[in-house]
Amino acid sequence: MYTQGLNVKDTGHPAAAEDPAKLARFQAKIDAEDKIEPNDWMPEAYRRTLVRQISQHAHSEIIGMQPEGNWLARAPSLRRKVALLAKVQDEAGHGLYLYAAAETLGLSREEMVAQLLAGKAKYSSIFNYPTLSWADIGAVGWLVDGAAIMNQIPLCRCSYGPYARAMIRICKEESFHQRQGYEIMLTLCRGSAAQKAMAQDALSRWWWPSLMMFGPSDKESLHSADTMKWKIKRFSNDDLRQKFIDATVPQGHYLGLTFPDPDLKRDEASGHWRFGEIDWSEFKRVLAGDGPCNRQRMAVRGQAHEDGVWVREAALAHARKRAERAAAAKIAAE
Amino acid sequence: MSEAPMPLWEVFIRNRSGLPHKHAGSVHAADAAMALQAARDVYTRRGEAVSIWVVPSGAITASDPADKAELFEPTGSKIYRHPTFYEVPDEVGHM
Repeated sequence: MYTQGLNVKDTGHPAAAEDPAKLARFQAKIDAEDKIEPNDWMPEAYRRTLVRQISQHAHSEIIGMQPEGNWLARAPSLRRKVALLAKVQDEAGHGLYLYAAAETLGLSREEMVAQLLAGKAKYSSIFNYPTLSWADIGAVGWLVDGAAIMNQIPLCRCSYGPYARAMIRICKEESFHQRQGYEIMLTLCRGSAAQKAMAQDALSRWWWPSLMMFGPSDKESLHSADTMKWKIKRFSNDDLRQKFIDATVPQGHYLGLTFPDPDLKRDEASGHWRFGEIDWSEFKRVLAGDGPCNRQRMAVRGQAHEDGVWVREAALAHARKRAERAAAAKIAAE
Repeated sequence: MSEAPMPLWEVFIRNRSGLPHKHAGSVHAADAAMALQAARDVYTRRGEAVSIWVVPSGAITASDPADKAELFEPTGSKIYRHPTFYEVPDEVGHM
C-alpha cells in the first residue's frame, strides 16, 4: 500500500557524498539488526526516504477513512456499524501514530498536513476509488486491508525504530479489519442471488486496484537498492504482490466468486497463482491525480482541516489564558 | 499555512498487569487535559491501559546516542551482578 512512496526518483544529496566513516558505522548497525533511533546519525537520503514513506503512509490512513466513512450511516445492522466505526477510528489512530513517527525525523505535523493539502505529498492510489455499495466495505476490508497487512508485516522489522514500533501496533490492530471485511463478503455470498452479485461486483472492481497498491513492477521501480540495503524495505513489490495473490485467490474461491482476470491460473510446479498484465496506465493516472475520486478526497480533507481551524485556535487560546492565570495567581500568592 | 504549532506530549500507559508505565507514543494537544483525552482515544482503544501519564515532550532529558558506550558498556563486564554468576550445588535445590 505504502511502498508507492518509494517509487519516485530521489534527487537530493546522494548517499555516496556522505562521510564514509559515518556511513560505514551506520550500515554496520543496520547489518547487525540494530534499530536506528531519531538522534542517531543517518544519511540524508535515508532520512528523506523515510520522511516520504512514513508521511505518505500517514496520509493514506487519514484519507482512507473517507471511502469507508461513506457507509457508516448506512451500515445494514448495528453489529456492522459498530465494527465499521471501530475500523475507521483505527485508521485515524494509525495515521496519528505514523505522523508521530515521521515527526521524529524533523518534519512538523503542520508541515506534513500542509504538504498533503497542497497536493505535494501523495497518499495510496487505492483511496481514490469509490465505495459504491455495501459490498465494497467487505471488499475493502478483505482486499485493501489484506494487501496493506502483506506490506506492513515486513515493515515491523524496518531499521528505523519509531516506524517499526508504529507498525507493530498497527499490524496488531489491522487483522480485525481484514477479518470483518471477509465476513461481510461471506455473509453476502451466502445470501440471496442479488447479494452474491453485489459481492461479485465489488470483487471485480477492487481486485486490480488492490494489486496496484504494491506499486510498480520491480522492473520499473526506481528505489529498491538503497532501501533494501538500509532495511527500510525487505521484499520487492512483485514478491509482495505475488504473496498477496497466492493468499487471496483461494479465499475468493471459497466465497464462490470469480476473479476478473482470465489469465489467473495456478502454476502446479511452483504453487503460485499466475496473473494477467496490470493496467499500469490506470495506476499512473490515479497516482497523478486523475482517478475517480482524487478531487473529492482532497476537497473533503481540505474542508475538514479548514472547519477545525477555529477549534485548534480556541484550544490554544484557552490553554494560554489558563497558563497566564495560573502564573498571575502564583505571583499574587507570593 | 501559518497555523501555530500544537504542543507535543509523550504518552505513557500502565496496563492491567501492574508493570510500570511504558512509553506508548505521542500526541499533539493544546493543554494537559486535552492531551490526556487524545492519548486515551489514540492509545487505549482496546483496553490497553488502567492509567495514563502525559508529559510535555520538552520536559524530557534524554541521553545522547554518542554516549551510549560510555554509559552502558561498563555493565557488560559486571557479570557478578547476575544470580547465575554464583554456584549453588544441585542438592541445595532452587534458590
